[in-house]
Amino acid sequence: MTSAAGASSAIDRAQGRLAWMFLCPALVILSLVGIYPLLNTLYMSFTDSEAGQVSSTLVGFRNYSAIVRDGDFLKSILNTLVFGISSVTLELIIGMVAALVINVPFRGRAILRAAVLIPWAIPTVVSARMWEWMLNDSFGVINDIAVRKLHVIAEPIAWTGTNSFAMASVIAVDVWKTFPFFALMLLAGLQGIPAELYESARVDGATGWQQFRRITLPLLKPAITVAVVFRSLDALRVFDVVWVLTRGKFGTESVGVYAYRQLFEYINAGTGSAVCIALFLMVFLFVIVYTTLMREPERS
Amino acid sequence: MRRMSFLFLLLAMIVAVAGCGEEKQTSANPEKITIKFNGDSTGKLLELNARLAKEFEKETGIKVEIVIGPDNSTERLAAYQRFLSAKSPDVDVLLCDVVWPGLLGEHCVDLGDVINKDEFFPTVIENNTYKGKLVFAPFYSDAPMLYYRTDLLRKYDYAEPPKTWDELEEMATKIMSGERRAGNESFQGFVFQGAAGENLTCDALEWQKSHDGGVIVAPDGTVQVNTEGARAAFARARKWIGTISTQGNLTYKEEESRLVFHNGYAAFMRNWPYVWTIEKSPDSPVHDKFSVSILPGDKGGSAATLGGWNLAVSKYSRHIPEAKKFVAFMTSEKAQSLRAMDGYLPNRPAVYGNEEIAKKVPYFENMKAVFENAVARPSVGTGRYYNQVSAIYYDAVHSILNGDKPVEAALAEAEEKIKARLKE
Repeated sequence: MTSAAGASSAIDRAQGRLAWMFLCPALVILSLVGIYPLLNTLYMSFTDSEAGQVSSTLVGFRNYSAIVRDGDFLKSILNTLVFGISSVTLELIIGMVAALVINVPFRGRAILRAAVLIPWAIPTVVSARMWEWMLNDSFGVINDIAVRKLHVIAEPIAWTGTNSFAMASVIAVDVWKTFPFFALMLLAGLQGIPAELYESARVDGATGWQQFRRITLPLLKPAITVAVVFRSLDALRVFDVVWVLTRGKFGTESVGVYAYRQLFEYINAGTGSAVCIALFLMVFLFVIVYTTLMREPERS
Repeated sequence: MRRMSFLFLLLAMIVAVAGCGEEKQTSANPEKITIKFNGDSTGKLLELNARLAKEFEKETGIKVEIVIGPDNSTERLAAYQRFLSAKSPDVDVLLCDVVWPGLLGEHCVDLGDVINKDEFFPTVIENNTYKGKLVFAPFYSDAPMLYYRTDLLRKYDYAEPPKTWDELEEMATKIMSGERRAGNESFQGFVFQGAAGENLTCDALEWQKSHDGGVIVAPDGTVQVNTEGARAAFARARKWIGTISTQGNLTYKEEESRLVFHNGYAAFMRNWPYVWTIEKSPDSPVHDKFSVSILPGDKGGSAATLGGWNLAVSKYSRHIPEAKKFVAFMTSEKAQSLRAMDGYLPNRPAVYGNEEIAKKVPYFENMKAVFENAVARPSVGTGRYYNQVSAIYYDAVHSILNGDKPVEAALAEAEEKIKARLKE
């Protein structure tokens, strides 16, 4: 007994060493491209460093107290939350509908599946630029249809250039671009649900809605969780779509845009790094809260 | 396959080593000095630079190697800052944006002895002078104009384009209400570049200067943002939004405003000369319906923000006299005339008298007046903080135009921020 246990623990140890050896290259690469820049940013956030300046001095928490006192930074957090919550919610709903539709066999389903993916395949900067022009108040196609063809509005609207519509436009463009991601993730989940479950539910007389509530939704939960976490992380760091459509003006400045402007317009590497660290902490906090929340009900 | 690539690598190394040896030989040989010019990356200039460099070599025996720099101005600046702060002798002649004298002036030699300042427009020379030294030689310039629809002016009985902002407002209002009544719901009186960015700094500086409101930061460092003229100018511009210009102008950069004009949705437009060539081509819907004039003015006269490119010689060059000779050659009347034929604006008044050029590029006749009214962005007064000052400034102007902040409050806040920045 003891000798067997000793032998197996020796094997365990040997295997453990082997595992570490295999993990080493990944760890080295991860620390070079992930951990080193992060630590360097953390260090810079405590300095008064500026672009083009050779030396910098440590200033403690000055950069952090400066951004916390900046109303624009607090506003950008609020904007980011508004953007993140609304875009991810809409993407989940539309993506779910799309997934349910393309999961049903019908003629031309393959074509539709491919078509749904197109917005996701276009780089964000390109699609955002395309929408910027489509939403233009003067020569944009959206105003052309709404004003000249349908006569639903009297005068063209600068969709990306007014405080009342800019955020909605940014969210709409993001939803258009990203709902295919949800559709794809949920479709994969749907295809993993055995058809027998639905058959027996039908035998028991369950309605379509009951089937959806009791079978589809619970079994899709892992797929939904993964998709929502991934998209929320992206949404909290949003930069490109906002930058192209509004340059962060008209009440759309996200934390990502605020950080970019500190770093590259005001050339404040110190403050910019502090914003990046704050953003990192926000995202990190979100992941922890979300994963714990999702784990709890599973146990009960 | 692997052996092949190894052999290839070996060959490449041999060639490289041989190349090095050869280069050392030439620089040791006083007869054949090679200078490196970090030049333009765009098609036409690339070709013209190469042609002129060959001529220069024939005349002087100095060889010029053209190294192509990044086409994005911000990236080019970043590259220059890297090798200039490393005191690298690898580049002798640099192509520099008009807003860089304060940023790079320390690293450049005085060109006052090879450039005759009196032969150039004074605004350009003033812009390129840093701490009393002429650090950049004017290569070619850029300055905006007022584009206007000749057919609409005729239709609404105007004989001439507007000379003042008041006239522009009056004409734009009348034309716009007429065109809108006729069914063109998108029609605007005046379009400009109001998106929050460097483009807005250029537009706003013109408004402020033409109202005698100063130049953001004077060359001696005095901040001129919350001035009487600036307040009047921005109150006026704020009034345009929703009357002669749509809210959409706050999202326009150069191309968006050009497309509005291109599609026939605007009576007047402020834009750079590049628009002329595009809109005069026969497939443009307005090619036979527009002309250009100098920008309207107010009590400060007309003002046009200066843009363009210059040549500088690095202080760390090993061939400073030869490099200076090349810069003088590239900015000579002959070289400027050659570039003018392709629409690159000369900054020597003499070239504007050339009839052959005037025939080929008709808007040049306006440009002389435009340059006489040119105003430089505050690159000298702001030193190495130009980018930050510009960002603070266009943010403030944008918040005024969007109605987020009252004129005076926004300008007072921006002036405080700029002063704090420059004090550091």
